[in-house]
Amino acid sequence: MTPTYQPRSKDELARRVAADIHDGAYVNLGIGMPTRVANHIPPGREVILQSENGILGMGPAPAPGQEDYDLINAGKQPVTLLPGGAFFHHADSFAMMRGGHLDICVLGAFQVSATGDLANWSTGEPGAIPAVGGAMDLAIGAKQTWVMMDLLSKSGQSKVVAQCTYPLTGLACVKRIYTDLATLECSPQGLRLIDAVEGLGREALQDLIGLPLLD
Amino acid sequence: MIDKIASSVADALRGVRDGATVLIGGFGTAGIPLELIEGLIDQGARDLTVVNNNAGNGDTGLAALLQAGRVRKIICSFPRQADSQVFDALYRQGRIELELVPQGNLAERLRAAGAGIGAFYTPTGFGTELALNPDGSPKETRVINGRGHVLEYPIHGDVALIQAERGDRWGNLTYRQAARNFGPVMATAARCTVATVHEVVELGQLDPEAIVTPGIHVSHVVPVPRRATTAGGFKAAA
Repeated sequence: MTPTYQPRSKDELARRVAADIHDGAYVNLGIGMPTRVANHIPPGREVILQSENGILGMGPAPAPGQEDYDLINAGKQPVTLLPGGAFFHHADSFAMMRGGHLDICVLGAFQVSATGDLANWSTGEPGAIPAVGGAMDLAIGAKQTWVMMDLLSKSGQSKVVAQCTYPLTGLACVKRIYTDLATLECSPQGLRLIDAVEGLGREALQDLIGLPLLD
Repeated sequence: MIDKIASSVADALRGVRDGATVLIGGFGTAGIPLELIEGLIDQGARDLTVVNNNAGNGDTGLAALLQAGRVRKIICSFPRQADSQVFDALYRQGRIELELVPQGNLAERLRAAGAGIGAFYTPTGFGTELALNPDGSPKETRVINGRGHVLEYPIHGDVALIQAERGDRWGNLTYRQAARNFGPVMATAARCTVATVHEVVELGQLDPEAIVTPGIHVSHVVPVPRRATTAGGFKAAA
């Protein structure tokens, strides 16, 4: 049967993630797709963004011509500082991340297991040059780690898996998985369904993932 | 009288020996002590171990130091970038050793060195490939409060090269925005810290409430002109 549902666009997915970020939250948005969440924080909520390179209260990109190359984000793009923002050094910044002070971090992923293991730093290809950055610190440090990704890989395989086959970033660290097709919660017992796009039923979603969803 | 203001980069770097561990500050376009890296190329020390967040961008600065064949080993968190071709080639040819470290472990291992801590347990990296030593043997682990932790050791530097914003003759430093990054923690972790500043001021001119690195951690302060950086792939605004 032809699917009758529409996947969430990147902005719709970002809006879905942003809808769950509470007023007053301290949040780190990972490089790539998660950065987009900042554009969709619902009006009336004050959310403070952290950047691993020593910024709290990070604001949006500056207007063209206003870039200051001493003021950049973790992806090394120019940003701004909101009134009330603060700078601190790298050891303090990672203590903030590792010490459980951030409410939420949102990361991209190659794979997430049903019990919340995360693989997002290396595809383990032979000969590839590895790079990890702050991924392992973020994954285990925040009060809640959320993943934001497409549910299926380009070849149609579920990126939510029973066991990660790519090298791990952290064990049992992901709480929620926001995807273009559904929002899932990881638990020691397995996956729970939070929501799915209109027209995608529970059975069809289970078939796509290849794993049972808990009641 | 204490006067840590160096007359030149060459003067400040005179003591760097072959085989030294060199901590180099900077993250992206911010806080890279470019004049000091260029000075180190001129200075000639070889067989260096370099600690930096990355492994050089483009063909200047750290990339030029690598290209000159002066670095035996690099300890960093994120070597692979769109413009890290110099490191990539050396690595593939087996001409440079890489110790890949999660960025928070890099910062905390430097902090531990500066604070006299013998080693520390952290959950970062537990259960991953980076909980292995370079020879493939597992690092020591321990379960603390039900959570797996990995034992990590400090990274001591012989010399730290950092960029600050303002400094005085006692070596007190302030920084500018996110150019602070690794500077303060590297300054504490090295036996000799050399800082470039864009402005030298009289004692008492830095607000004591706002000094980030107290002068005890700094050996030499070298004034350099402000200059736009193109490191990290970004051009300076016109």
